[in-house]
Amino acid sequence: MSEMMQEKYAPGTHPDWEPPATEVGVIGWMRENLFSNWRNSALTLLGVYLVYLIFVPLIDWAIVNADWAGDTRDACTSGGACWVFVKVRFNQFMYGFYPAEEYWRVNATAVLFALMILWLTVPRIPLKRVAGVLTLFVFPIAAYFLLGGGVFGLSEVETTRWGGLTLTLILAVVGIVAAFPLGIILALGRRSEMPIVRALSVAYIELWRGVPLITVLFMSSVMLPLFLPEGVNFDKLLRALIGIILFQASYIAEVVRGGLQAIPKGQYEAADALGLSYGKKMVLIILPQALKLVIPGIVNTFNELFKDTTLVLIIGLLDLLAIIKAALEDSNWLGYSIEGYVFAGAVFWIFCFGMSRYSRALERKLHTGHKR
Amino acid sequence: MTDRKTHPASEEIPAVQLQGVHKWYGEFHVLKNINMDVARGERIVICGPSGSGKSTMIRCINRLEEHQKGHIVVDGTELTSDVKNIEQIRREVGMVFQHFNLFPHLTVLENCTLAPIWVRKMPKAKAEEIAMHFLEKVRIPEQASKFPGQLSGGQQQRVAIARSLCMNPAIMLFDEPTSALDPEMIKEVLDTMIELAETGMTMLCVTHEMGFAKTVANRVVFMDGGEIIETNDPHAFFDNPQHERTQLFLSQVLQH
Amino acid sequence: MTDHTDEQAPAAASFWRDPRKRAIVFQVIVLAIVLGLGAYIFHNTLHNLEKRGISTGFAFLHNEAGFGILFSLIPYDETYTFGRTFLVGLLNTLLVSAIGIVLATILGFIVGVARLSHNWIISRLANLYIEIFRNVPLLLQILFWYFAMLPLLPHPRQSLAFEGGIFLNRRGLYLPAPVAEPGFGWVLVTLGLVIAAVVVLRRWAHRRQEATWQIFPVFWTSLALLIGLPLLSYGLLGAPLDWDYPALKGFNFQGGMTVIPELVALAIALAIYTAAYIAEIVRSGIQSVSHGQTEAAYALGLKRGTTLRLVIIPQAMRVIIPQLTSQYLNLTKNSSLAPAIGYPDLVAVFAGTTLNQTGQAVEIIAMTMGVYLTLSLTISAFMNWYNKRMALVER
Ligand SMILES: Nc1ncnc2c1ncn2[C@@H]1O[C@H](COP(=O)(O)OP(=O)(O)OP(=O)(O)O)[C@@H](O)[C@H]1O
Ligand SMILES: [Mg+2]
Repeated sequence: MSEMMQEKYAPGTHPDWEPPATEVGVIGWMRENLFSNWRNSALTLLGVYLVYLIFVPLIDWAIVNADWAGDTRDACTSGGACWVFVKVRFNQFMYGFYPAEEYWRVNATAVLFALMILWLTVPRIPLKRVAGVLTLFVFPIAAYFLLGGGVFGLSEVETTRWGGLTLTLILAVVGIVAAFPLGIILALGRRSEMPIVRALSVAYIELWRGVPLITVLFMSSVMLPLFLPEGVNFDKLLRALIGIILFQASYIAEVVRGGLQAIPKGQYEAADALGLSYGKKMVLIILPQALKLVIPGIVNTFNELFKDTTLVLIIGLLDLLAIIKAALEDSNWLGYSIEGYVFAGAVFWIFCFGMSRYSRALERKLHTGHKR
Repeated sequence: MTDRKTHPASEEIPAVQLQGVHKWYGEFHVLKNINMDVARGERIVICGPSGSGKSTMIRCINRLEEHQKGHIVVDGTELTSDVKNIEQIRREVGMVFQHFNLFPHLTVLENCTLAPIWVRKMPKAKAEEIAMHFLEKVRIPEQASKFPGQLSGGQQQRVAIARSLCMNPAIMLFDEPTSALDPEMIKEVLDTMIELAETGMTMLCVTHEMGFAKTVANRVVFMDGGEIIETNDPHAFFDNPQHERTQLFLSQVLQH
Repeated sequence: MTDHTDEQAPAAASFWRDPRKRAIVFQVIVLAIVLGLGAYIFHNTLHNLEKRGISTGFAFLHNEAGFGILFSLIPYDETYTFGRTFLVGLLNTLLVSAIGIVLATILGFIVGVARLSHNWIISRLANLYIEIFRNVPLLLQILFWYFAMLPLLPHPRQSLAFEGGIFLNRRGLYLPAPVAEPGFGWVLVTLGLVIAAVVVLRRWAHRRQEATWQIFPVFWTSLALLIGLPLLSYGLLGAPLDWDYPALKGFNFQGGMTVIPELVALAIALAIYTAAYIAEIVRSGIQSVSHGQTEAAYALGLKRGTTLRLVIIPQAMRVIIPQLTSQYLNLTKNSSLAPAIGYPDLVAVFAGTTLNQTGQAVEIIAMTMGVYLTLSLTISAFMNWYNKRMALVER
């Protein structure tokens, strides 16, 4: 195909040629993405060097040189990561101080929750509304009795023994589920035409969004007992949950408000024209559309909340992070902080990364769905 | 529009030369063996069905797209991956886009002076003087201090033309400059382009404005499937198209 | 809709059917509930406080604190008041936030631009950075840097030494401290005068340019003035600034400026975490500028760098700045995780130690929240102003 021997084709009959070998395949791809000019090539070298600098020692430490077998720190001799520490403490990291013979209750709750989530998220399974109602109202009660016990012959397990990943998940899930209705009410309030309702909603939302969660947790742990009549007291977990819920509701309210604003004015007018009352208009027409739009936003909020639950460490609850931190202070295992935090980080990362991917996928789906 | 730069020394070399140009997007063969010479002062209209590669071809001329095979010589300089050549050519070639692409954060005047100041290293006052001159030529000097968002589409496109002219280009490329405009604005932009043509500017226009092609073009190029199917002078092209695909295309376009 | 009913329907709608009246009643009820709840809480609180023998009011701010603070920007020891502890904590919060913001901005812009690089490896690495640090709780990262990474640093005797008398070890970061000698004040005075002069000069040059179209090289003149004159006065006065270098004495460093490890760990963690968010903001900001803008700039002959500087970045900044400010606010709020590693910020010193000492939870929590709330409202006011201004210029 040199230019000398360029074949002649009548106009309109030129066949499609294969692109030159340097344009496609591995070579073309590398030329385009790694070596398109000298600057790019220099960056490639820099990148390769960075990868070498970071990943070689990391893999060496975490896998190649790591110790996996054994039950005591004496097993950790090779100089790499001592995963024995995590292995020995694994159950505690997952279940806190929940009695070992009752672990099945935690597992059952988790399986139940996973099933509910599957029902809610897999598009092909029908009856989404039923699933929603079950998740929001029935599941929490079931989970409470399953975990707490004291009924149906289940032995009672005090909340002070709840801990580890179990507690982290409880805090996050209860936080979001309970904050959800309050958030919706606040969002509607902020868009209401009644000035007092609007002002109260705005004040509530701005107040909670303006302060860090840690001050809210301090507040709920030291001030809540002061607010209540003498003699009434909650346990620490419930106090933390109340703080988280009040705080989280304001964030959900803002996400939902975004959804309400995205609904075209025509929808409101059409509902009015049909003679629907405010309540019916919202419940039947506006909210179903708005809530669908804000699912990615809600997932993002949940993601942030999930990370923020670690703050309960500062007020003395034993969530996953706190329990790992406590384990690191055990004099038998001093010096394995990196392993502990890397493990905690990995667990959190799996959850958070998964959720952020899910929310992004949803967003993309919603966007394509709305294209006309 | 009288103050065109003349290139006495390079009068013989064509303004634009394409020889056996091929281009692929991935596996997709977009441009197939394109050969075309554009003489100085020549005005060429390129037309053809959607997706035939018209935009791709003229965007290759100022290297917004890279070709993979063949030669493109603009104003005596061959387009290679040499950055100096690309900069040199982009200074000499102006381009007007379908969607104007004015810089929304700059005023009309600043849009026009940006390149003269930063590329031609012109003093600001001189650049503004030139900009006002061309804004007068496109008949919107009074809009100089407005932002693009405050103008109508036709006005924006005329600013875009003035912005290109401020660089004193030897060649102007137009990629469907009127197809994003309402009918009443098309005329004001076409009038501007006709006046520009009368100054002897070398122009390559992708457009479906057949009236414009008839009055202004020296040659009409018809593309389809990434190939140049037919090149002819406008009268022959419209009255007596040679190729059946051209006939089909014309019958469809002229119906509307 | 209801506005015209008066003319058409002479008889007023019955009380419960008139939406306006219903709205009023509803609002009165809501208000009553909220006020009632407030009064109830207020009553309980007073009662409980009395019961526990805790005094109320802000008089405690004048009492002697009686505890030391690890690190303070202003003079402080046990004999100062609780009011002073508030101030010390507040300044420490602002300090770590300021350092965090500067570092996070630099890092975030680098990663954000790297994410958009045409180079596949660089872009993947930037993406990896973002995905890792955004999806791990900040508190965990703070603990990681402080408890897991800090002990890897050498002991003071084997400190890492850097250019210019900077040392790093597990006790902290040691920097040379500037010491002003008599006469240094004049250098500062000169600097102040020069800044004023430059402002005047810019105004003058701008006005002259509008009038006569003559360009005055403002930038270079200002730069020369700003650097030259203070330097000149510095030289004439005999270099009245000394550096106090840290030096190893016994087991630790003496002299110079010490940055405590808590501050280092907290600032690094805040910066790295927030930078991941800033990088995403920068990426989406730059991507929000349509590709046509780049093409138009290239077609005019502008180079890559110039195009970025004059066309892409100014437009991207409109998208970036409001989100960036809210990240700065988040970083400041997140600095309240300081108590986890013992950095004496507002929450640790005031809502922590001071609260424990005095028991005046209501006042102290209210003051602490008030600080953050004020910051938030100020910043959101700024953002509203900025958005409005930007919207006006554009259209
Ligand atoms: N960046 C790209 N990557 C892959 N394919 C592309 C790209 N740009 C254009 N194409 C394809 O190349 C072909 C030619 O595109 P081009 O824009 O040149 O057509 P056109 O003749 O200008 O059409 P129109 O009249 O619609 O503007 C089209 O099939 C288009 O889908
Ligand atoms: Mg096109």
